[in-house]
Amino acid sequence: MSAAALPSPGIAQPASDEWPLMRGDPTDASLTDAVLAPLWHSSPAWWALFAFSAAGTLLLLGTVAYTVMVGIGTWGNNIPVAWAFAITNFVWWIGIGHAGTFISAFLLLLNQKWRGSINRVAEAMTIFALVNAALFPLLHLGRPWFFYWLVPYPATMNVWPNFKSALPWDVAAVTTYFTVSLLFWFLGLVPDLASARDRAPTLLRRRVYGVFAMGWRGSGFQWQRYRVAYVLLAGLATPLVISVHSVVSLDFSIAQLPGWHSTIFPPYFVVGAIYSGLAMVLILLLPVRRAFHLSGIITEAHLNAIAKLMLAMGLMLAYSYVIETFMAWYSADAAERYTYLVGRPFGPYAVAYWIMTVLNVLSPQLFWSKRLRTNTAALFLVSVGILTGMWMERFLIIVTSLNRDFLTSSWHIYMPTWVDWGILAGSFGLFGFLFLLFLRFVPSVAISEVKSLRLELASRRRAESSHA
Amino acid sequence: MAAPFPRWVNTLARATLIAAVCTLVGVPVALMAWVRTPNATRRFQPVAQPIAFDHRIHVTGQHIDCQYCHFSVERAASAGIPPSSTCVPCHSTVWMNSSALSLVRQSVATGTPLHWNRVNALPGFVYFNHAIHVNKGIKCENCHGRVERMARVYQAAPLTMSWCVDCHRTVRAPTNCTTCHR
Repeated sequence: MSAAALPSPGIAQPASDEWPLMRGDPTDASLTDAVLAPLWHSSPAWWALFAFSAAGTLLLLGTVAYTVMVGIGTWGNNIPVAWAFAITNFVWWIGIGHAGTFISAFLLLLNQKWRGSINRVAEAMTIFALVNAALFPLLHLGRPWFFYWLVPYPATMNVWPNFKSALPWDVAAVTTYFTVSLLFWFLGLVPDLASARDRAPTLLRRRVYGVFAMGWRGSGFQWQRYRVAYVLLAGLATPLVISVHSVVSLDFSIAQLPGWHSTIFPPYFVVGAIYSGLAMVLILLLPVRRAFHLSGIITEAHLNAIAKLMLAMGLMLAYSYVIETFMAWYSADAAERYTYLVGRPFGPYAVAYWIMTVLNVLSPQLFWSKRLRTNTAALFLVSVGILTGMWMERFLIIVTSLNRDFLTSSWHIYMPTWVDWGILAGSFGLFGFLFLLFLRFVPSVAISEVKSLRLELASRRRAESSHA
Repeated sequence: MAAPFPRWVNTLARATLIAAVCTLVGVPVALMAWVRTPNATRRFQPVAQPIAFDHRIHVTGQHIDCQYCHFSVERAASAGIPPSSTCVPCHSTVWMNSSALSLVRQSVATGTPLHWNRVNALPGFVYFNHAIHVNKGIKCENCHGRVERMARVYQAAPLTMSWCVDCHRTVRAPTNCTTCHR
């Protein structure tokens, strides 16, 4: 059983005569050289970005150390707005991770071969986004050094974590997701790490890549086992795309707060997660494609496909916004109606509401235009807009529901502190830091998949020409 | 190009994988086992005191009731460490000039309490109350062990939360969080 044995509706759906999946006439060797080049040579631009993101990481370390030493009183949250930035950032980062699994596992099972050029970047993004996501609930515990109390283990306390609380659900969801994502990423990397081992210029590098390649020789036997394991892991990872963010959304919908207590939350959150993740994939992919001269492998066909997916997700998200608002009105519940019809659009956080609406609902409509779907500037700007809009959405859901619930006595305006902003900015730094390291040490495109795609495209061309 | 590794690295790689799995499983299991040992709970470790007070002589020998000295046990959260004056009624007639009691005499004369060392310590977030336990029929030795046989007193129970909760469940005592944590 292999991916190629799945029912194959054709290897190149998004490709057309206008936009082939692969440009130029590369050989296996030239593909390997092109992808591995950044591993052996760095550039001043890389060092500049690396220094910048390292500074951001230091900011994160500093603000986290300050939080741990002084306590979470350094943040703006307090009762009733107890979640605020920490949980906004958590939901946002974990949502971004979803596109990685969507592209690598979902599209693998659907036999979308074009994913081979972009899945590595998407999977790395998933893992680094999850690292950031996990940071926030841990810090939000207040005493992060007791995080292991969230794990159901036979403790001398004789009590288990409260399974009715959202916190242990998050732990289960995030750890499962992280483990499967990491395994999937690593398994996909093994043949490419072997390529890096075979081409590395120094003995030390050959040995380091050799350790991680785990003795891969590329024999038929190894490939057969490898494909089975890869498809099995994809089968495990695929339901996680749906389940993880559904669990995260249930953190909200189990509560009775106006704006949270809604059954639409799981699909609504999953769509938003994939949406923001696709935007992040583009933000990472476009500079990588240009800097590493990969436009022969990552062509307009790929950009077009991602843009179409983003447009579809954006429409589904807009539908969720409409239904959510309609249900609030239809429920005839005064608090629900106030939250959706007055509090969010015209209340103290109305700016976030309108930013969210414009960026999430209106900006992807640009991608009805075929020209804009392959325009890198438009793709990049809309993606930045969508990430901003999605952050605003999570902020709005959390803060506007908590800050004004049923009782006047628990109304409170939340304002973030400089530590809140510092940790958010620092988490971008850490994300960039990890991603830049990834670019220099790991093949950023799945070489083996691209090479097999090249062979399939070549044999198809031969078949077509002999037929003609 | 020479092979990057000599042949014995295969064995090293397998050994490393086995060691990694053993560490990942073994360290948490070892930690969970260790917190249950007397080393971690400080059980059975006799605590040195400023005076060599011997419960065997007073309880087994002289049949003095626990509550003669620990007098607030029925009424208060703390059982009470007796003030030095508790010793005076008897020791004004027996062993009155013993050097072993010089610190007690000094304490009574100057009115400064003796610094006994704590044997059974609970964390600050546990609100334990002796009175309710004693009044509901729990005996001293249920938790403190056979103090009348101890030359130097040691902690007899593990004092882990599971030890508390097990008993509370058995005798159907309340197990709400706020019973002990407020």
